[in-house]
Amino acid sequence: MTESSPHDNLDRQPIGPLLPIVNNGPSRRNVMKGIGLTLGLAAFGKAVWPLTAVPENVSLDEFLQKHYKELTEKDKEHVFTRLENEAREDYGADVAITDHRPIPGVKFGYAINLSKCNGNGKCVEACHRENNHDRATNQSYIRVLEMQKGSMDMEQGNTTYDHTVPQDDKYYMPVQCLQCDNPPCVTVCPVEATWKEDDGIVVVDYNWCIGCRYCEAACPYHARRFNWQTPEIPADEVNPEQSYLSNRIRSAGVMEKCHFCLHRTREGRLPACLEACPTGARVFGDLNDPESDIVWILKNKRVFVLKEELGTRPSLFYFFDS
Amino acid sequence: MSQSRLYTTDAQTAERHVETYPRFLLWALGVATDGSLWFYTWMFALTAIFLVGANAWAVQVADGMIVTHMTDHVSWGLYIANFTFAVGVAAGGVMMVIPAYLYNNKKMHDVVIVGELLAIAAIVMCLMFVTADLGRPDRFWHLIPGLGRFNFPLSMLTWDVLVLNGYLLLNLHICGYLLYMRYLGRRPNPKWYVPFVMVSIFWAISIHTVTAFLYCGLGGRPFWNSALLAPRFLASAFVSGPAFIIVTLLILRRIVGEGISYQPIRVLVNIVRVTTVVNLVMVVSEVFTEFYTGGAHTAPARYLFFGLHGHDALVPWIWTAVVANVIAAVLFLSPWVFRRAEVLVIACVLAFLAAWIEKGMGLIVPGFVPSTLHEIVEYRPSLTEWKVTAGVWAFGLMIYTIGLKAAITVFARGDVQDATESAE
Repeated sequence: MTESSPHDNLDRQPIGPLLPIVNNGPSRRNVMKGIGLTLGLAAFGKAVWPLTAVPENVSLDEFLQKHYKELTEKDKEHVFTRLENEAREDYGADVAITDHRPIPGVKFGYAINLSKCNGNGKCVEACHRENNHDRATNQSYIRVLEMQKGSMDMEQGNTTYDHTVPQDDKYYMPVQCLQCDNPPCVTVCPVEATWKEDDGIVVVDYNWCIGCRYCEAACPYHARRFNWQTPEIPADEVNPEQSYLSNRIRSAGVMEKCHFCLHRTREGRLPACLEACPTGARVFGDLNDPESDIVWILKNKRVFVLKEELGTRPSLFYFFDS
Repeated sequence: MSQSRLYTTDAQTAERHVETYPRFLLWALGVATDGSLWFYTWMFALTAIFLVGANAWAVQVADGMIVTHMTDHVSWGLYIANFTFAVGVAAGGVMMVIPAYLYNNKKMHDVVIVGELLAIAAIVMCLMFVTADLGRPDRFWHLIPGLGRFNFPLSMLTWDVLVLNGYLLLNLHICGYLLYMRYLGRRPNPKWYVPFVMVSIFWAISIHTVTAFLYCGLGGRPFWNSALLAPRFLASAFVSGPAFIIVTLLILRRIVGEGISYQPIRVLVNIVRVTTVVNLVMVVSEVFTEFYTGGAHTAPARYLFFGLHGHDALVPWIWTAVVANVIAAVLFLSPWVFRRAEVLVIACVLAFLAAWIEKGMGLIVPGFVPSTLHEIVEYRPSLTEWKVTAGVWAFGLMIYTIGLKAAITVFARGDVQDATESAE
């Protein structure tokens, strides 16, 4: 500090008392202040008392847990065991949580035949059960739009139709995460809680997400979901076959999304929504395998993607047969 | 310690400041909590509202965000709306700093701290609103650079974390230093604050620009995806910020008396006369583009102004804002604002209210309605959201009041002001 100068006022009288409560005798005002402060603090403690429920739900281990990519094999073992115990305590279900990694050289793609899809909604239900979604809100990663024939305008579509399907003047378009190659949701995440894996699947570390919902605002396809409350699932309905980055039971306050059932597809099985589809509208496979059905469709059908103009480069394609 | 040690200026060292600065803060807190019955009533009311908000937030953290009325369709609501607006108020304070420091307006210089204190209070509110919006506030540390994983520079939210906290630190330093020096009865050394003030001018622009970039960079949200968003943010910030400060200065004149000059108010009104018109021109430009073009791209604007397929929750809000904006602009441009204080106050309140709606709910909610799959799900804030919002505002006003109280007491101490003026 070099501000000493002739302008400094050296003759000033000493400054008055510091915080009067501390330095002054007990004047009436200071006593009142003290009482006010005490009452205020007590009221504040009372007001935020509900926060004491948090440590019951968030263990110290969970609080300190590192990002998925920073976990060693040993850390993972520890974390998965803890999560399994939590599932037992909170849901009464015996689950096995594993860590499915991408199959080297594989890039997943999905195609939906809109000529076949008849809007029956079996895929929506299958996703709901497979991925341990909240029963109360009937959550699912898939929404089916009932669209007006002769238009691709989604504004004329309807996701809440409740009548026999298919209707003659309608066609049906299921929408789920398109696993974009240029995903806006990943770009905006402030804490890298969501990222794109080598096989093209965009995943979320549910234990790292802070719940800001910026990804939900950024996604142009309404593919992301937020856990507005702790999911409710009866013990006998919990799917015990779980993976850390896919269908394990999520906690309140974090984002989730379709992960192409990576706990199945990375084992060489098919997504639950595909297996449930009674019309055969869904085709899933490896875009890097020239012999796969998905590659045949991309080569031989006139496929399109949703909102191509946004440059998101989806891995989920739509096509019509005729 | 003996009081005289405070003034051994020649040998003053950094260690001395380490001791005396906390004492100054303690002293300031002491004088800032002394006041009339009116003052205590005001602070008591704010405390009560804050406590209601704190309780609502605690319940929200314990029970989950389900206690809000946000949904997967409208996933940001009242909190982010108020956050956006509060960033504007913080940035608006710079409209005092520019005349004071860039144009060397002496009278403005005397009261510029009012704008800087407003910036501090508003930024604290911003941080509180963002925290209230987090689903997992317990994981807040994931956002701390070095400790968590900071997705910089890709995520605009990380930019916002940096610029908002930076702006807070800048203003804390500037206010703290200036008041501390006056408390010591010394002339502030320009070297220790003028560079920071200059940086803060550009920083103020950056906080609102970056906040606009949060929204306008999202290609999937046509309502926000406009290059005009950041300029519009700034224009309305330079209306709402000065409007708030004008009212503050008028109140201070009532309390402190003629010590607060009228000249800075005149300057601020002249600034608002320009910014309010610029703001309206931009609104008209945007509205024209939306409605003349038509098509699906304009569905959110149609929803906002006229309602869409029978859904019209925001229509009364936005027309209130439009009417308030126009009346405020007419009043500001009329000669009456300088003749009658009531007219000026009404103009300021209307302009502030209009910006709060337009840059709050009127900006955030239509971004989500219709949704990206063109579904229409409406949003009305829950009681919890209103309580938390009121609580944050009350806390912000408490900080502002305490800051002003401390500043007034410091400035009122004897001949300090004369010393400053003769030095300049």
